[in-house]
Amino acid sequence: MENTGLSLVTVVLFLPMVGFTILLFLRNSEQIKWTAFGTSIVTFVASLLLWAGFDGNQPGLQMVQQWEFLPQVGASFYLAIDGLSLLLVILTTFIMPLAILSSFRAHVLHERGREKLYYMLMLLLEWAMIGAFVAHDLIVFFIFFEFTLVPMFFLIGIWGAENRMYAAIKFYLYTLAGSILMLLAILYVGNAAGTFSTPAIMVMIQSGELVIPFDGIFSPQSFLFLGFFIGFAVKVPIWPLHSWLPDAHVQAPTAGSVILAGVLLKLGTYGLARFAIPLFPEAAVAWAPVVAVLAIIGIIYGAWVSYAQTDVKKLVAYSSISHLGFVVLGLFSMTTAGYQGAILQMVNHGISTGGLFLLVGMLYERRHTKALDAFGGIWKVMPIFGGLSLIITLSSMGLPGLNGFVGEFTILMGTFGSDVLGFFFALFATLGIILAAIYMLYMFQKVFMGDVTHDENNHLEPLHWQEYAVLIPVVALAIIIGIQPAPFFATMGATVTDVVAKIAPFITSVAQLP
Amino acid sequence: MENYPQLVPLLILIPAIGAFFNLMWGSRLREEAAATIGIIASALTFVIALLLYAYLQGSGFEAAVVNPPFFDGWIRLVGIEIPWQMRVDTLSVTMLLFVTGVGTLIHVYAKGYMHGDSRFARFFAYLNMFLVFMIILVTGNNFLMLFVGWEGVGLCSFLLIGFWFDKVKGVGWRNSNAARKAMIVNRIGDFGLMMAIFLTFWTFGTLDFYKPGELAVPAGAHGEEAAHSEEAAVAEGEGEHAVTEEAAVVDEHAASDEPVYTDNEHIPTDQLGVFGKAQRYIAEELDVDLGPFSLPISTVITLITLFMLLGVAGKSAQIPLFVWLPDAMAGPTPVSALIHAATMVTSGVYLMVRSNVFFHEAEFTSLIVTIIGASTAIVAGMIALGQWDIKRVLAYSTVSQLGFMVAAVGIGAYGAAMFHLVTHAFFKALLFLGSGSVIHGVEHGHHLAHGHGHGGHDDHAHEEEAHAGAHDEHAHAEEDFDPQDMRNMGGLRRKMPVTYITYLIGTLALAGIFPFAGFWSKDEILADSWVAGFYDGKLSGFIALALLIVAAGFTAFYMWRQIVLVFHGEPRTAAAERAPESVPSMIIPLMVLGFFSVFIGFMNTPAGIGFDSIFGAHAFTDWLGHSVLHAHAGEFNVLIAGGALTIAIAAIFLANGIYSRARRTVEAGQDPLEIRNGVSTLWRVANARMYWDQTYSRFVEQPFNRASKFLADTLDWAFWHDYFHDTVLAKGFRTMGRILANPIDLGIIDGIVNGVGRLARWIGGFLRPIETGYVRTYAVTLLIGVVVVIVLLLLPLIQRG
Repeated sequence: MENTGLSLVTVVLFLPMVGFTILLFLRNSEQIKWTAFGTSIVTFVASLLLWAGFDGNQPGLQMVQQWEFLPQVGASFYLAIDGLSLLLVILTTFIMPLAILSSFRAHVLHERGREKLYYMLMLLLEWAMIGAFVAHDLIVFFIFFEFTLVPMFFLIGIWGAENRMYAAIKFYLYTLAGSILMLLAILYVGNAAGTFSTPAIMVMIQSGELVIPFDGIFSPQSFLFLGFFIGFAVKVPIWPLHSWLPDAHVQAPTAGSVILAGVLLKLGTYGLARFAIPLFPEAAVAWAPVVAVLAIIGIIYGAWVSYAQTDVKKLVAYSSISHLGFVVLGLFSMTTAGYQGAILQMVNHGISTGGLFLLVGMLYERRHTKALDAFGGIWKVMPIFGGLSLIITLSSMGLPGLNGFVGEFTILMGTFGSDVLGFFFALFATLGIILAAIYMLYMFQKVFMGDVTHDENNHLEPLHWQEYAVLIPVVALAIIIGIQPAPFFATMGATVTDVVAKIAPFITSVAQLP
Repeated sequence: MENYPQLVPLLILIPAIGAFFNLMWGSRLREEAAATIGIIASALTFVIALLLYAYLQGSGFEAAVVNPPFFDGWIRLVGIEIPWQMRVDTLSVTMLLFVTGVGTLIHVYAKGYMHGDSRFARFFAYLNMFLVFMIILVTGNNFLMLFVGWEGVGLCSFLLIGFWFDKVKGVGWRNSNAARKAMIVNRIGDFGLMMAIFLTFWTFGTLDFYKPGELAVPAGAHGEEAAHSEEAAVAEGEGEHAVTEEAAVVDEHAASDEPVYTDNEHIPTDQLGVFGKAQRYIAEELDVDLGPFSLPISTVITLITLFMLLGVAGKSAQIPLFVWLPDAMAGPTPVSALIHAATMVTSGVYLMVRSNVFFHEAEFTSLIVTIIGASTAIVAGMIALGQWDIKRVLAYSTVSQLGFMVAAVGIGAYGAAMFHLVTHAFFKALLFLGSGSVIHGVEHGHHLAHGHGHGGHDDHAHEEEAHAGAHDEHAHAEEDFDPQDMRNMGGLRRKMPVTYITYLIGTLALAGIFPFAGFWSKDEILADSWVAGFYDGKLSGFIALALLIVAAGFTAFYMWRQIVLVFHGEPRTAAAERAPESVPSMIIPLMVLGFFSVFIGFMNTPAGIGFDSIFGAHAFTDWLGHSVLHAHAGEFNVLIAGGALTIAIAAIFLANGIYSRARRTVEAGQDPLEIRNGVSTLWRVANARMYWDQTYSRFVEQPFNRASKFLADTLDWAFWHDYFHDTVLAKGFRTMGRILANPIDLGIIDGIVNGVGRLARWIGGFLRPIETGYVRTYAVTLLIGVVVVIVLLLLPLIQRG
C-alpha cells in the first residue's frame, strides 16, 4: 500500500501551503493579494488535472498516497480521491479564487488592515478543506475537519460585522461540541478495527471481520452512527441544530460567508456520505426515516423562515438550511439517484449560494447595509448586475436548465423511488420548490425590482472588472451544469453505485427486524 | 425532405442567438436593428415549422425523433436516462406552426408598440427567449424537457409581466408584484407536474413519450376501436405477458378472432415509451410497486393525471389557480397577446392532449377535469362581465376560453380541445393586439389632447415625441387618466377604423358566430359534450354541456359590451376624441390575424354539412389523429350548433340593447347592470372578481405570512436562538463550568496549562494584530482546547499501542 511517489492529490493539498509560506515573506499589499490569488488559481488548475487523470469507471480510491502518521494508534496519512471527493475538491478550489478575488475590494479589509493575515488564513482554510475531502483516515480526517474551524474563527472574529466575536465563538463552540461525540465514535471504531483507515474498515465490514452489533435503533451501531451524525449534522446544519448558522453568516465577511456556505457546510454532508452511512449501514438505514423527516422539516422550515427575514444575508443563510435539507434527504434515500443528486447538489449549492453571498457582498460594498428595505430598483441602476443576479437567484430556486434543478430533481427522484423513504417523503420535500420560489423571488423583487425609492441607490458604482471576473464563472457554471450535468454524474457514478450497492443488502435486512 | 426534422435544433438555436445578441448588444443598437434581429429570428422559426409541416405531409405523417448534436443526453444516472430529444409529429408541429406564426406577427407588432421604450432591445430578447422555451416545451420528447420549457416560459412570463418594473409612483412595484404572483402560482402547479413526473418515471421507468421508431397511433387503431381493443385484451389476457402483449395490439377485429398486428407489436415492452407501456400495463392490469404501497395501474394513472391537472391549473389558469392571469396584464400588450392568450397558457391543454392515453384511461380525473374546466369557463366569463379595464375583460375571457379547452379534454374531445386552442390563439391574439392598438391610440390621444406643454399638436415630429414618451410617462398619464379604462373610450370606430373592423372580427369569432373561427371550434366542443352525455352516458358530458352553453352566452355578452363601450357611440373623453389610428407595423398583424380569425375554422369543418368537397371533413382532427391516439372527429349537431348560435346572437342583441343606450350611466362611471334591480348585486360580485383574490389573500397569503413571521421571529429567533441557546445552554454551561472548575483548578490542569502557556504566548504574539486582548485570549483558549481534547482522548490508545 505504501506509495513512494508523489501523488497529484498531495500536490493539490499542499499547494495552498506553499502559497501560505510565500506569503510569510511578503510585505507589499499588492504582492500579497496577487500571490494569494495566484496560489488559489494554481491549485484550481491542479485540481482540474486531478479530474483529467481520474478514471470515472473505477469505483475505488485513486491516486493514493499513504504516509505514516501516529502508527501507534493505527492512523496514517491516507490521501486519495474517488467519485465522492473529487467534485468537492474541485468545488473548493473553484470557490477559493472567487472568494479571494472578491476580497480585493472589500471595504472591511482596508478598514481593519491585517491583509497578510487574512490571505494566509484563507490559504490555510483551503488547505484544511481539501485535506478533509481527500483524507481517508478517520483521525486525519477529523483533524482536518476540526482544523477548518480555526481560520474560519479568525476570519469571522477579526473581519466580521458588529457582533463578530459572539458569532465566531458560537460557531466554534457549536461545531466543536458536536464533533466531540464524533471523536468518541471514531475512537471506538478505530479501536475495534485496529486501524483508522476507512478503506480497510470498509473491507472488514464487508467481509464480516468487523461486526458492529446492530439489533435496532438503540444498539451500539446506532449510537456510533448517531455520534457521527450529530457531529456532521451541526456542520450541515440539519434542523434543529442550525442556530449558529445565521449568526456566523450575518457576521462573517463576504468571502467568509462564501466559503462557509460554499464549502464548509459541505464537510457535514460529505461526512455523512463518506463515513456515517457506509460505516454504519444498518443504523443509517434504520435511522433514515427519522433523518429524512428532519431534512424535510429543514427544507420547509428554512424556506419559510427565510421568507420573513429583513436582512438579505440572513435570508440567504436560512435558505442554506432548506437547500442542504435536500442534500441530506438524497443521501438517506439510499438510492444511486438520491446519492448522485445529493453530491451534485452539494456542488450546486456551493455555486448558487456562494454566488448569492457574492452578490450580497457587492451590494454591501456599495451601500453598507444589508437591509432589504434599503434597496429596490437596483436592476434599473445596474442592469447587468441585475441580470447576473437573476440567473443566480433562479439557479438557487431550481429553475430547469440551471444547475439547481438537476440536483433537486435527481434527489427527489431518488427519494421517490427509495425503498426506505418513498412517496410521502418526496411529496413533502417537493413542496420545497414552491417555497423556494416564494422567498427567492421576494428577495429578488425587493432588491432589484420596483422604482428606485432611495436616492443613494441612484448613484451606485457600476461593476468593476474584478466583480465581473467573480460573477461570470459562477453564472457560467450554473448554466453548464444545468444543461450538461452528464460529465459530473459520470465522475461519481461508479463510486456511488459501489457505495449504494454495499448498503442495499442492509435495507432488506433492517426491514425484517422486528 | 426526409431530413427536414434535423432542422429542429435550429428552432431552438436561432431564437436563442437572437435573444443572446439583443441581450448583450441590443442597448447599443438602433431600435430598427434590434427589432429586425428579433423578427428575423422568429420568422425563421416559422419557416422551419412550415418545412416540418411539409415533411410530415410528405412522409405520411410519420413522427420523427431528433437528437440534437453536441448534446448527448441530459440527466444520465445509473438506471435513469433523460435525453435532450425532440419529437416532430402532427401535434408538436401544430403547436409549432401557430406559436411561431402568431409569434412572428406579434414580434412585428411589438416593433411599433414598444417604440421609444428605454429597454426596447431587451423586450425583443425576452420575446425570442420565450420562443426558445415554448419550442422546447412543444417539441420535447419527454416529460422533463416539457418541464424545462414549462418553467422556462414561466420565467419569460415573469420577466415580461414585470417588464415595466421601474415605473414610478408604485406602479413598477405593482407590476413586479404581478410578475412574482404569476411565477409563484405557477410553481404551485409545477409542484403537481413534478409529482406527476416522479410517479410516471417510477411506474414506467422512462419519461420519453414515445421511443424512436415507436408509433404513437398504431395503424388502424383509432378512436373507439382502441377502447375496444383494450377491453378485448383485458378479457383475453390473464395478466400473462405473452398473451396480453398480443392482445394489446390487436384492433377492433379482435372479436373476429383474426388479430391484425400493428407496428408496435414487435417492440418489447421495456423498449416502449411511457404511453406505449401504459397501454400494455393497462391491458395487463398490472400492479405498480411504489415503495410503501402497491397500486393497480389504473389508480396510478388517476394519481398521475390528478397531479398533472394541478400543473395544468397553474399554467392554463384554471380554478383554483387562475388568479395570476388577470394580474399578468401588467405586462406590455404584445406579451399579453403572445404569452397570456395565444401560446403559453395553452400549454396545459397541450400537455393533457399529449397525455391523452392517460386521460382516456382515468375516468375519475376526466370528470374532475371537466368540472374544473367548465366551472372556470363560467366563473371567468361572469367576472369578465363586470370589468372596466379593456385588457382585464380579455384576460378573464382567456381564462374562460381555456376552461372550454380543458373541459373538452375532460369529455375526451382531444381533437376539439386542440382545435379550439388553435382558433383561440388567432382571435384572442387579434383581440389583445387590437386592445393594445386602442390603448396606444387613447394614450396618444390623451397626450395630444393635453399637449404636455407643447405647441402644435398636429406636427408629426411632436407626435413621434409623444409616442416615445408614452411609456416613460405612462405613470404621469395615469395620475388622473387610465387609458385602459373602457369608460374613457367610446366612438373609436371612426378614429381607428382598421382596429375596429379587425376587433369586430375577433369578437364575432370569439362569440362563436357563423362562419368565424370560434363558431366551428366551440361548436365542436359542445357537440362532443352532447355525445359524451347523451350517447356515452357520461356525467361529464352533461356538466360540460350545461355550463359551457351558459359560458358561451356570457362570452358573446361581454364581448359585445366591449365593442359598444370602446368603439360605438360617441367619444366620452378628449383622449378618445383625438385617438389616432396606429402605425402600419401594428395594423398589418391585425389584418393578418383577422384573416385567420375568419377562415381558420374551416380547417376542421364537420363532415356532411356541405364543406367536405372544399375543405375536407374534419381535416384537422384527422391530421392530429396521427399523433393523438384518442382524437376523434366530432359529429355535427344541428341542434347544438343552432342553439349555441342563437344564444350568442341573443346575447349580442341584449348587450347591444343595454349598452347602446347607457351613455350617461357609463359617463357617470357606472354600468347599466350595476344600477338595475335584480342584477346589481351579481354585477358587483363580478366586478369584485368574485372576491377570489381577497379570499386568497385573507385565507392563504396572510396566514402564510403570519406563520412565516412567527416561525422566524418568535420560534426560531426569540425562543430557539436567544432563549434556548443563549439563556439555557450558555448559562447551564457556565454553571457547570464553575462547579467543575473547583476541584480541577486545584492542580491537575494547572500543570498542563502552564505547559501550554508558553505555546499560547507564542501564538498570541503571532496574533498580536487582533485589536483586543479579549479576542486573543478567546481564540488561543479555543485552539488549545481542541488540541487538549484530542490529546487526552488519544492518550489511552497511544499508551496501549
